[in-house]
Amino acid sequence: MSKRRTERLLSIVVLLLSSRRYLTAEQIRAAVSGYPEQEESFKRMFERDKEELRDLGIPLETGRANAFDDDLGYRITRQDYELPEINLEPDEVAVLGLASRVWQSAELAGAAAGALLKLKAASSGIDDDTVTLTQHRGIEPRLTTQEPAFGPLWEAVRDRRPVTFEHTAGGRSDATKRTLEPWGVVNWRGRWYVAGHDSGRNAPRVFRMSRITGPVRLAGPPGSVQVPEGTDVRELVKDWDRAPARDRTAILAVRENAGIGLRRWARESVPEKDRPGWDRVTVSFADSGWYAGYLASFGPDVIVLDPPDLREAVISVLKGVLA
Amino acid sequence: MVTSAERLRRLLALVPYVVARRAVGLAETAATFGMTERELIDDLNLVWCVELKSPEPYCPIDLSYEDGEIRISQAESIARPLRLGADEASALLVALRMLAEVGGGGSAVARLIAKIEGAAGASAATSSQVTIQLDRPNERGVTATITTALHAGKRIHLRYYVPRRDEATERDVDPMRLLVVEGRTYLEGWCRLAEGVRLFRLDRVLDVAVLDVAASVPEAAESVDVDAGLFRPSEADVRVEIELAPGARWVVEYNPCESVTELGEGRLRAVLRTPDTAWIRRLVLRLGEDARVISPPSLATEVRTAASAALALYD
Repeated sequence: MSKRRTERLLSIVVLLLSSRRYLTAEQIRAAVSGYPEQEESFKRMFERDKEELRDLGIPLETGRANAFDDDLGYRITRQDYELPEINLEPDEVAVLGLASRVWQSAELAGAAAGALLKLKAASSGIDDDTVTLTQHRGIEPRLTTQEPAFGPLWEAVRDRRPVTFEHTAGGRSDATKRTLEPWGVVNWRGRWYVAGHDSGRNAPRVFRMSRITGPVRLAGPPGSVQVPEGTDVRELVKDWDRAPARDRTAILAVRENAGIGLRRWARESVPEKDRPGWDRVTVSFADSGWYAGYLASFGPDVIVLDPPDLREAVISVLKGVLA
Repeated sequence: MVTSAERLRRLLALVPYVVARRAVGLAETAATFGMTERELIDDLNLVWCVELKSPEPYCPIDLSYEDGEIRISQAESIARPLRLGADEASALLVALRMLAEVGGGGSAVARLIAKIEGAAGASAATSSQVTIQLDRPNERGVTATITTALHAGKRIHLRYYVPRRDEATERDVDPMRLLVVEGRTYLEGWCRLAEGVRLFRLDRVLDVAVLDVAASVPEAAESVDVDAGLFRPSEADVRVEIELAPGARWVVEYNPCESVTELGEGRLRAVLRTPDTAWIRRLVLRLGEDARVISPPSLATEVRTAASAALALYD
């Protein structure tokens, strides 16, 4: 069955590409093998075939077959169908090989592989990218998409369709239902986000995909999302994820040869006179809540000397461990 | 089993692939398209069988595959590949922009981006809705030094921070490649201290020096399959079970867990596997009252001992 279907679809493509005129469904039926006699089942089958061809990205156009009747016809123009001439230099072929590996096993891996095949098909110069790859020895980037929401959100962004999903904000346990007009997806430091207009909140919002729970559902027709002029989704994510300024100073006692992570970013480190075997380390920090947790992770290798609120916060975290 | 649509997509690339090469080997073509020679021959037969019945019956495609060589003498209207779709153009363009951002591929990247944007036309537009932003560690020329060593084939000396043990380690490494995974840059190399292939996060490199010794990576050294995930638990790992309050739910987003169970009211139970529990001790200490080690009991005791000892310093 499947083989005959492929054969039929291929015949339609060849037929319509060879014809300058619009051909009616009847003319297509007459030229192509495999359509049934019965009218209703032919119509159903033909509808499915058209949909399948369009899903593959084949530019199937609809128009009036001739001026004297109302029958719709179909055609595929070469200009819209064919990949334009593209000539690649050897070093570009090497880079193409690297680029096609970026998505490796991630969501768009199939699309990247499909693109590479088309480019290989377009030019006889692109054959052995493995040879050039070993010479290349550059840096190899990889993208992963472990978030199940990536696929449907990417399609929504591509087709400009609104979506609904449930989202659990960081530190919260209850999910909220969101309706979003997605403007773009962003990979920020290895994690995927979607940014857009939150219809419920009537404001721009950014959602981390790993915090989207359950299915992402399409909530409108293709093309119904307008991305406002000048929108920079990267800036939106950056604002959302901005680290607060480290504008406070702490004085710590740190055991010798310990607290390496702290010392890396320390402003000053001198031996602590009153406490042999300890250093006096000066650091900058932003938020006493978060930083207290970080300092507590060093256990009995770090003592906060100043400021008092940070000292109290660390004592409270440690007491919490024992509670 | 491929669907008829996938097969059609393949056929529409296969025909121009052969046409552009005049004659091409069966084996080579099968490899390029990721199929067996048997499947390839089935595809070629299918293409050859295409017949249009009207107005005059004729076979638009003529081909042969003799002595392991495919030739297509007539391909009519499908001699050129189908243009790139939005997914295809975006997948390549996003990958290329990422490559450009990490500084891989040299000047060819910018030229290739321009060519593909040109060829893809309107399909390229969608790619601007995907953005990649990588971590920019305060790295003091570490990437540049390691790149130099890679190109010159030299061994390097690393002073490397291991946060889970809060240790600075010293080791010689024979560099293999640089990788960017999950937004971070890593050096993959043969570590002469561990006598194995290791990944080093560049933002944890405290110091790097190129040694005047040729790098020698053992033949048997195998690259890490980063696409299977950076974290792979092993049988020998310790199984650690922790309970997390709502304020500590972020832990399961940042650490690979074997399982995560909702306990109600936003509490979670997470199971992790690790060869070294030191980092979990540090993690649980930082979480205060928001986390508890359930098992192993020895780790729970270790955490409490560390917290008591730290508190005693404030008396």
